Amino acid sequence: MQKKLLLGVEAIAQGAIDGGLSGVYAYPGTPSTEITEYIESNPIAIERKLHRVWSANEKTAMEAALGMSYAGKRAMVCMKHVGMNVCADAFVNSSITGINGGLVVVAADDPSMHSSQNEQDSRYYGDFSMITILEPSTQQEAYNMAYQAFEISEKTGLPVLMRITTRLAHSRSTVETKELKSQNEIKFPQDERQFVLLPAIAKRRYANLLNMQPVLEKNSEESQFNTLEDAKNHEFGIVACGIAYNYLKESFIGEVPYPVLHIRQYPLPINQIEKLAQECKKIMVIEEGYPFVEKKLRGISQTIEIKGKLDGTLPRQGELNPDVINQAFGIQSKQKYQTPELVVGRPPALCQGCSHADMYEVLNQVMTEFGKGRVFGDIGCYTLGALPPFLSINSTVDMGASITMAKGATDSGVEHAVAIIGDSTFIHSGMTGLLDCVIEKTPVTVIISDNSTTAMTGGQKSHGESRLEKICLGLGVEREHLRVMTPLKNRHEEMYSILKEEIEYQGVSVILSQRECIRTAARKAAKKRANVQ
Amino acid sequence: MKTDIILAGVGGQGILSIASCIGVAAMNENLYVKQSELHGMSQRGGAVQSHFRLSDKPIFSDQIPLGQADIILAVEPMEALRYLPWLSENGMLVTDSAPFINIPNYPDTETILSEIKKLKKHVLVDANGLATSIKSPKSANIVMLGAASKYLQVSFNSLENAVCEIFKNKGTVIVETNIEALKLGRDFAEKYLCN
Repeated sequence: MQKKLLLGVEAIAQGAIDGGLSGVYAYPGTPSTEITEYIESNPIAIERKLHRVWSANEKTAMEAALGMSYAGKRAMVCMKHVGMNVCADAFVNSSITGINGGLVVVAADDPSMHSSQNEQDSRYYGDFSMITILEPSTQQEAYNMAYQAFEISEKTGLPVLMRITTRLAHSRSTVETKELKSQNEIKFPQDERQFVLLPAIAKRRYANLLNMQPVLEKNSEESQFNTLEDAKNHEFGIVACGIAYNYLKESFIGEVPYPVLHIRQYPLPINQIEKLAQECKKIMVIEEGYPFVEKKLRGISQTIEIKGKLDGTLPRQGELNPDVINQAFGIQSKQKYQTPELVVGRPPALCQGCSHADMYEVLNQVMTEFGKGRVFGDIGCYTLGALPPFLSINSTVDMGASITMAKGATDSGVEHAVAIIGDSTFIHSGMTGLLDCVIEKTPVTVIISDNSTTAMTGGQKSHGESRLEKICLGLGVEREHLRVMTPLKNRHEEMYSILKEEIEYQGVSVILSQRECIRTAARKAAKKRANVQ
Repeated sequence: MKTDIILAGVGGQGILSIASCIGVAAMNENLYVKQSELHGMSQRGGAVQSHFRLSDKPIFSDQIPLGQADIILAVEPMEALRYLPWLSENGMLVTDSAPFINIPNYPDTETILSEIKKLKKHVLVDANGLATSIKSPKSANIVMLGAASKYLQVSFNSLENAVCEIFKNKGTVIVETNIEALKLGRDFAEKYLCN
């Protein structure tokens, strides 16, 4: 038993290790990255030789974890919310196969889009797959849930989804740890065909999933994570999910005058909600993300008045905070000062000396010859090339979309389309798109802006390192159109000619623009200096 | 008793190290802590903030409501002003006076400083100058922690211990330099408030 000051994500990592984890599988993504980083450097994880190497993407991560579960061991998969889209095929089918060793999927949602392209709510994925969802409201609960989730998974024979949001992920508090459990031994599934989703077997497995639904509902009704606190004023009954409860308590300084049902385990505890609805005139639903519970409640009760995000009581967009809750209940704000008008925005920017900056500078010059609107971007630090001073890219959609969107635009007749993609993003989801281009000999130019790391999330290992040339050649890119350049101030002329030649070429070109991220380089140098001392 | 702190600065200026020090100190004094911070894209040279709450009673929200922060502790003056809506009526603003200019439209520094001086309770610290005086410009953030230390609900001794704990992997020289930075900040703020 130890007391530690942990981020929500670190609490999940520690809970999983203590709960008998055998392997974590993940691709970096804010706000989920530190779960895997914590396990990477944790002494017990190292001693136990837990699997903790980054995966190529969320789909390979999910599948490998399912493989570990097949072998009877406890596995965890971690990703940011949009990673759920990447692994959705494996994730949704894992509820049909069911599990053998406990399997926990952690999805970190990012309402307010602090570091993301949308606010999608991962609870929908859990609901769609018909499995248990856990949504912690404190760091201690995050720990406890990760610790218990493997058992819930093994008892129900299904994966468990843990859904967190940015604020819990990246907020620190004290956590008391529990006894370290041993890992599971290797044990094959009793039913040798459990994981074979041929239609005949899948039908049986799906029937099993359907039959499990009343069990999951009963678990939610009886769960320690779903609690009803009564209060005198029955004007409102409040359903607060996960950390929304904290803001509610803050608004009423701990004493909420209305009954509150605090939900942290799904499927919804229908009986508890019905009881609340019978006793109260109106229901207010407070939840982070989409109006997921609110919509379900509208289905359960046609007669009761439901307040929340759908009627405008709470904002539909952005994360919750105490001020939003105050406003919903008409509680006066204590705000005294305004931000002075002279304060200007300070958007994120590429670092001084960043290799992407040199690449964009030269690309902008070259593109004046070919015309605007034909540079397709991707996800990473280089997405900042969309902002001033560069204004270089015309799209950023999802991991890998630069290459395939450039291809589609070219297929429709746009000439001289260029894709910009990072080394790690190329490994994640760029290779298949490049193969499509090679198959059709589509005249696109793919710039892999290779800084030898996954920089945006803090410099995790990029599996592109020393493999990119071989991969491109292996996919069928012609040797003479696989060019390498070093993005440095004194090389701009050479870069200009390479870019111009390849953009003019009527076939697939790949340009590897290679220089290490200055942050990782600086960190390595500092480490070296420390070792010398 | 509770203390709500807004930490503010620009990505890479070290506000998370300040937060770690207060966090360790508070935990060693058995206080309840909640500290929320931003990672990822929001860190790349952009404005960053952290909400830090400590109390002898359980804390509910990870975020501080508007108008309820007891202190804004900033390592950059314009960033200090950005979060004024969170400052309580009698709140204290402690900030480094040196601007971090990485945008083309950064406002006039004197106007920013005079905006800060309008507040009854404020401390303007030349943290870079003080840190450079002990040949450790990187310790400017710890100078700022020292300058705010009197208002953080944890003892100075606890903060010193926290600095030792957090920097111990970097060697004794760095630990000692940062302890000195912490004291410099503390002394400066005490003198500033006397004047």
